[in-house]
Amino acid sequence: MLEFDGIDVGYGRSVVLHDLSLAARDGGVTAVLGHNGAGKSTLLRAAIGLLKPRAGTIRLDGADITGLAPHQRVARGMAYVPQGQQSFPHLTTAENLQLIADGRRNGKAATAEALGLFPALAGLMNRRAGLLSGGQRQQLAIARALITEPRLLLLDEPTEGIQPSVVAEIEQTILSLAGRGGMSVLLVEQHVGFAVRAAGRYYVLEAGRVTSSGQGGEDAESAVREALAV
Amino acid sequence: MTLVFSQLFTGISIGAVLLLIALGLSLTFGQMNVINMAHGEFIMAGAYTVYVVQQIITNAGVSLLVALPVAFLVAGAMGVVLEFLLIRRLYTRPLDTLLVTWGVALILQQLARDIFGAPNVQTRAPDLLTGSITIFSSGDGNDLMVANSRLFILTLALLAVAALTLGLRMTPLGRRIRAVVQNRDLAAASGIATGRVDRMTFFIGSGLAGIAGVALTLVGPIGPTMGTNIIIDAFLVVVVGGIGQLKGTVIVAFALGMMQSLVEYSTTISVAKVLVFLTIVAFLQWRPQGLFTLRTRSLA
Ligand SMILES: Nc1ncnc2c1ncn2[C@@H]1O[C@H](COP(=O)(O)OP(=O)(O)O)[C@@H](O)[C@H]1O
Ligand SMILES: [Mg+2]
Repeated sequence: MLEFDGIDVGYGRSVVLHDLSLAARDGGVTAVLGHNGAGKSTLLRAAIGLLKPRAGTIRLDGADITGLAPHQRVARGMAYVPQGQQSFPHLTTAENLQLIADGRRNGKAATAEALGLFPALAGLMNRRAGLLSGGQRQQLAIARALITEPRLLLLDEPTEGIQPSVVAEIEQTILSLAGRGGMSVLLVEQHVGFAVRAAGRYYVLEAGRVTSSGQGGEDAESAVREALAV
Repeated sequence: MTLVFSQLFTGISIGAVLLLIALGLSLTFGQMNVINMAHGEFIMAGAYTVYVVQQIITNAGVSLLVALPVAFLVAGAMGVVLEFLLIRRLYTRPLDTLLVTWGVALILQQLARDIFGAPNVQTRAPDLLTGSITIFSSGDGNDLMVANSRLFILTLALLAVAALTLGLRMTPLGRRIRAVVQNRDLAAASGIATGRVDRMTFFIGSGLAGIAGVALTLVGPIGPTMGTNIIIDAFLVVVVGGIGQLKGTVIVAFALGMMQSLVEYSTTISVAKVLVFLTIVAFLQWRPQGLFTLRTRSLA
């Protein structure tokens, strides 16, 4: 589905990802684990096109998308939920969603469907996104991404810093989305747990390089924990 | 008393023009953090548009009505070209942008001299706008009067502000503009073509300058440097009002307009300018962040 082939990515003069290759496969969850600063967020920014690799290729379904702008990647079926519950803080919840639905043929239905996954948002439509709780903002962020009806969803630590009651809800949503078929998820996490259990395949990232990888699932947890402890 | 009143109303209409210009500046500044020194020349382009349209349509009223949308399009198109050719490439270099757009301003002024000649040109105001309305008749010749042209300018500015506010709030493009200002990367990664939004923002912001240029033809001559004369005041409005704060911009625009015309009435124009300038410097010592606290750098 999405392949990184030997990419170097960085900021200014510093290189963060070194000759990195990995692939998010069709259907299900692919997990990327790594400590703080390993380069996980940088990887997803490169995937959606906010950062341009200095070397290497990114392919979506075999087609080279390395040179495409972010909105062109979204048009090809990618969606991205960045780290830190980002939103458009001065727009209301409704406007945050409408913004994405604008000009989309299926916008209305897709919005309704996304709201169906997060019923809590329905009561917050006229509140500015900046005034929502972290959990609510994250639900809003995922809902926004889903309105574009992506085939591949990039999630950057979606449950980090969120109240436990909402964490379960978000994890459930990820499972049901990935399970429904048709949608693949590239999930970035710092901690072993849900991500590894849910993943068909996992990668461990260390200082911008893949240091180990394997099949996901409950049995993989200890192996990943070990790889991260090194 | 009546003189003070008529000066005050003159001030209000100056403030209205300042508001139009400052809103456009604020919009482009909020969008791309760009200080566009050529914004004043878009005003000039709007004013010369009236002059050109009057060469084709002799009826002053009709030509004014035609000139309004044409000036918006002409100035807007100039903004888009500037954004596309230069500003876009200098996005992360504010100082270079300042210098380059200043250079463009000088080029545009020279272009105006080459096309229309160095001396000022005049346009004819429609009959309807040359008279004045008596607000209060005292019977002893000291009537309170308001010039129709000033009333027209005020109406024009208020309509433009209303249209801009509603447009930003209610339309898809308005939502996109606000989203890009608030979080550019998130907007891009959410599927919004940010480059196109930037261009549209420049179009609207510059178009407003064109409208301001049309308004200015009703109260003064048209010349190659007319933009430069008023743009400094507009920058002051933006800075003092709190960059991107609609409320602050509106209040300061009218306050500055009135202050100028009142001080002008008691002294000369250049003394008035100096006095206004000193007041603003003192104000910024007191409140460097402007009248309203800067929460985002935008109208959004
Ligand atoms: N905007 C940035 N500018 C410069 N360096 C950055 C920036 N963002 C991240 N980095 C650096 O890149 C490295 C990887 O960061 P990041 O991808 O955010 O890691 P992770 O998401 O795995 O915690 C870190 O060393 C970080 O300091
Ligand atoms: Mg990160």
